[in-house]
Amino acid sequence: MKEGRDTVTNINKNNKKVVVTNLHKYFDKNEVLTGIDAAIYEGEVVCVIGPSGSGKSTFLRCLNKLEDVTSGKIEIDGYDITDKKVKINKVRENIGMVFQQFNLFQNMTVIKNIMMAPVTLKKMTKDEAEKKARELLARVGLADKADSYPGELSGGQQQRVAIARALAMNPDIMLFDEPTSALDPEMVGEVLDVMKELAAEGMTMIVVTHEMGFAREVSDRVLFMADGVICEEGTPDEVFGNPKNERTQDFLRKVL
Amino acid sequence: MDFEKVFREATPLMLEGLKYTVLVALISIAIGIVLGLLVCLMKMAKNPVAKAIANVYIWIIRGTPMLVQAYIVFFGIPQLIQLMNPEFRLDSFTAGVITLSLNAGAYLAEVFRGGIMAVPKGQMEAARSLGLSQGKAMMKVVLPQAFKISIPAMVNQFIITVKDTSILSCIGLAELVNKTKTYVGKTYQFFSSYLYVALFYLVIISILMIISNYIEKKLKYEGRKRHRDEH
Repeated sequence: MKEGRDTVTNINKNNKKVVVTNLHKYFDKNEVLTGIDAAIYEGEVVCVIGPSGSGKSTFLRCLNKLEDVTSGKIEIDGYDITDKKVKINKVRENIGMVFQQFNLFQNMTVIKNIMMAPVTLKKMTKDEAEKKARELLARVGLADKADSYPGELSGGQQQRVAIARALAMNPDIMLFDEPTSALDPEMVGEVLDVMKELAAEGMTMIVVTHEMGFAREVSDRVLFMADGVICEEGTPDEVFGNPKNERTQDFLRKVL
Repeated sequence: MDFEKVFREATPLMLEGLKYTVLVALISIAIGIVLGLLVCLMKMAKNPVAKAIANVYIWIIRGTPMLVQAYIVFFGIPQLIQLMNPEFRLDSFTAGVITLSLNAGAYLAEVFRGGIMAVPKGQMEAARSLGLSQGKAMMKVVLPQAFKISIPAMVNQFIITVKDTSILSCIGLAELVNKTKTYVGKTYQFFSSYLYVALFYLVIISILMIISNYIEKKLKYEGRKRHRDEH
C-alpha cells in the first residue's frame, strides 16, 4: 500500500498551502493551543492524531477561522487569515470542511445541499451547479439519492454527501474533523474510501482522525498532538513504527 | 335567558364586531411577524445599541398589562402630540392595531429567538465553512429551519393575539366584546349574550388551529418523505 502512494506522490514542496506560526488559542482562561507551528504543502495528506482534549479539532477549526485565534499567524495560500483585512469568506470558498456530525442542511434535499453554496455565491449558474452536483453524487456513489432529504440517509451516506457538498466549491484544501467518529462501524469504510480517492487525486487534505489504519495507509505525514502542541511529526512509518516522544509512545500503546 | 331572541337580535351586531376582531387581529399579526423578526435579529446582533433597544422594548411590553398599553396609546400619546399639534386625532382602530402589533412583536421576537437557538450550531458552521456570509447563512439555512421549529409557539401567539383584541373594547373599538356589551346594556341578557360571544371566539380559534395543524403536517411530510420539485 505504502509504495503505491509514494510512487504517485502529489506533494509539491515548492508550494506551502498552509503555514501556521506560533498559534495560541484560549477558551476563556483555558489555553487549548499552546504554540503550534506547522506547514502543509500542496497535495499533501496530513493526519492529526492524539488523545481527546489535545486540541486537534480546535487546531483544525482555526484553519478556516471557525474559531477565532488568540494569537499567532495562519497563512492560507499566502493570505494571513488572522488579519482582519483579509476577507475570510473568500478564503473559505477554497477550503472545504467535513464535520464529525455531517451538518447537512436539514431543510434541503441532497442535491440542493450540494448546489446551494456555488449558486448562492454566484460561482456557477443553477444548471452548472446541478450538473456538477450530479457528477459529485455519482462519484461518492449516491447518484440515486439526489432528491432525498438528509434525514432519510444513513450516517455514511450523509457524510459522503457532505464531502460532495464541500467539493462543489472546487476547494484546493479539504479539512476533515473526525469524519468517521459519529458513524456506525460498518459505514466507516465507505467514507474512508471516498477520502482515499480524493487523496490519490492530489487534494491537499488535513484530517483529524482516530482511524489509525487510515492515517498509516493514506497520509504523507502524521502530526501527533497532546496538550495543545504538536509533540511529534513524521511519516506514518516514523510515527507509528518508531515513535520518539514519550506521549506518542504512550498514546499508540493504548490505541493500537 | 332567551337564547332564541339573543341569537336573532345579536347575530347582526356580532357579525359586524367579528369584522373588526378579525381585521385588527390579522393586521396586527402581520405587523407583529415583521416586527418580531426584526427585534429578534436586533437582540441577537453583536451591536450593543441594537441589542439594548430590543431588550428595552421587550422588557416594557412584557412588563406592563396590555390594557394599560392600550390606554397609553389611545389616550396618553395623542394628548402629548396635541401639545404640538392640536389637530391630531387617533382613532381606536389605529390605536388598537398599534397596541396589538407592539405586543405580538415582542412575544414573537422571543419565539423566533427560541427557534433560531434550537437550530444546531453545526448548520451555521457548515454554511460559513462554504464561504457564505453570516447574513446569507441565516437566510438560506438557519431561518427556514428556525421558522419550522417556531410554528407551534407562533400559532400559540396568534391565538393570544386574536383573543387580546377583546381588550381593545376598552378603548372603544367596535369589535365583538364591545358589540356584546352594547347589546347586553340594552337587554340585560348577560348569560346568553356572553355565552354566544364566547362561541364566536371558539370558532375563530378552531379555524386557526385546523390551519396550523394542516401546515405542520405538511411540513413534516416534506421533511420525511421523498419529495420532488423543480431545481
